[in-house]
Amino acid sequence: MESLEVKNLTHHFGFTEILQNINFTLKKGEVLSVVGPSGGGKTTLLHLCAGLLDVEEGSIQNSFKSTAFAFQEGRLLPWKNVIDNIAVGLLAKGEKKDKALKKSQKIALKFGLEEEDFEKYPKDLSGGMKQRVNFARALVTKPSLLFLDEPFSALDIGLKKELYAHLLDSCKENEMSILFITHDLMEAIRLSDKVLLLKADPGHIVKTFEYDTPNDKREENFIYEQSAKILQDKEIIDTFELNTLELT
Amino acid sequence: MKFLFKILKDFPAYLWSGWGAMASTLLFIAFWDLGNQVYGNLVLPSPLETFKTLYTMLQDKDVWEQIDITLYRASVGFGLSMLFGSILGLIAGFFATASMMSRPIVTILVGMPPIAWIVLAMIWFGMGDETVIFTVVVASFPIVFVGALQGTRTLDGDLKEMAESFDFPWHMKFFDVYFPHIFSYIFPAWVSGLGMAWKIVIMAELLATSDGMGAELAIARSQLDTPTALALVTIMITSLMFIEYIILEPIKREVELWRA
Repeated sequence: MESLEVKNLTHHFGFTEILQNINFTLKKGEVLSVVGPSGGGKTTLLHLCAGLLDVEEGSIQNSFKSTAFAFQEGRLLPWKNVIDNIAVGLLAKGEKKDKALKKSQKIALKFGLEEEDFEKYPKDLSGGMKQRVNFARALVTKPSLLFLDEPFSALDIGLKKELYAHLLDSCKENEMSILFITHDLMEAIRLSDKVLLLKADPGHIVKTFEYDTPNDKREENFIYEQSAKILQDKEIIDTFELNTLELT
Repeated sequence: MKFLFKILKDFPAYLWSGWGAMASTLLFIAFWDLGNQVYGNLVLPSPLETFKTLYTMLQDKDVWEQIDITLYRASVGFGLSMLFGSILGLIAGFFATASMMSRPIVTILVGMPPIAWIVLAMIWFGMGDETVIFTVVVASFPIVFVGALQGTRTLDGDLKEMAESFDFPWHMKFFDVYFPHIFSYIFPAWVSGLGMAWKIVIMAELLATSDGMGAELAIARSQLDTPTALALVTIMITSLMFIEYIILEPIKREVELWRA
């Protein structure tokens, strides 16, 4: 069984402790999100899990066959057009060029890009289109584990919903797992099986919330209800410092 | 190959866009003629006379030989600068210490007047090819070096991370992530280095050799032969314009299509 196991993970930048004793396991087909305020070490945690940073203390065991990463900002190669940008992940895996391009075109259409956009360079794309390309690039490789670094934060509601649907589709079709960091609680509740609450200075996990309803069956009502409920939670109020807001 | 084909395909459209440049050149020649009417033939020969002299000069085999000599010196000098400037610039860019250490040296090379180099080179190498080539190298090397250094220093860390997250093999990292970025810095540096080389070669020849276009210019000066001097200048400028607008600019346009 493929899984990502994080044990006693602690990380420093210089003398500052960023993460302290993090433990969790992400199983196959599961969506796990880490929520917390900005600057709380979420991105560091994700980068450690994705192998973009070296683990100093503790261990991360990743037995997923393949991974992909969707970034907060598109991070598209400015000198490549839409299709070539989507294809890089496949080419990196050694796929033949014409096959990679065909697959890329197919997924681009599925992600709402139009044929006339295929030859465009990133400079000519809107923020939403860049993010579509970003997602297509990550999902075209059919990863068994997908890392998401707040990729929805700058998108409008319609596009968000569309991308959520694509993600859940991929989860179902390929039994894809997702490790997802966000500061948006509603988003976390909508997509995740498990939500870890990461409190800052140094980053440590204070609470875990679990949602049993299958994520493609969650109605809007369910999400609002759960969001309202979670906002009453003492740990959430503490972590996001919600009470100080009311005082001022 | 596909790339070369695309450059050729877009070439006519590019040429067509040159009417504006043509108009301003003709305007310049008109002002030149006006200057001739005001100041007379000795100070400023008319464009017509200059072009006539140019025509007779180009019939002369000896003039072509001189052009050849100059071209040889400029291209050897520039070739050396391009090669070593690019390689050393890339190396310096990849290592923080090297780029720190090279900065003052570059400042010295850029700041030192070429004329001072010519004097030194004349003492070191005597009057001949080496002096000219040395001066050309010294003048255009720092431009290329700085271009390559900047290109490497400014590589985008976010894109590197992206490449790592997708496990790019080394050749993809180089050709798809590093190279296009570095090239967008190094290519303009080559262009200005070439311009510099072309200017310096004439100056060095004028002072330090008895052949080449610079030396011809010196002879024209001593004989107060203004039409010949102007004809020589015309050759220099036209050849530079040819290289820049007909060869380099179309390449640059294709290479930098992705730029905002």
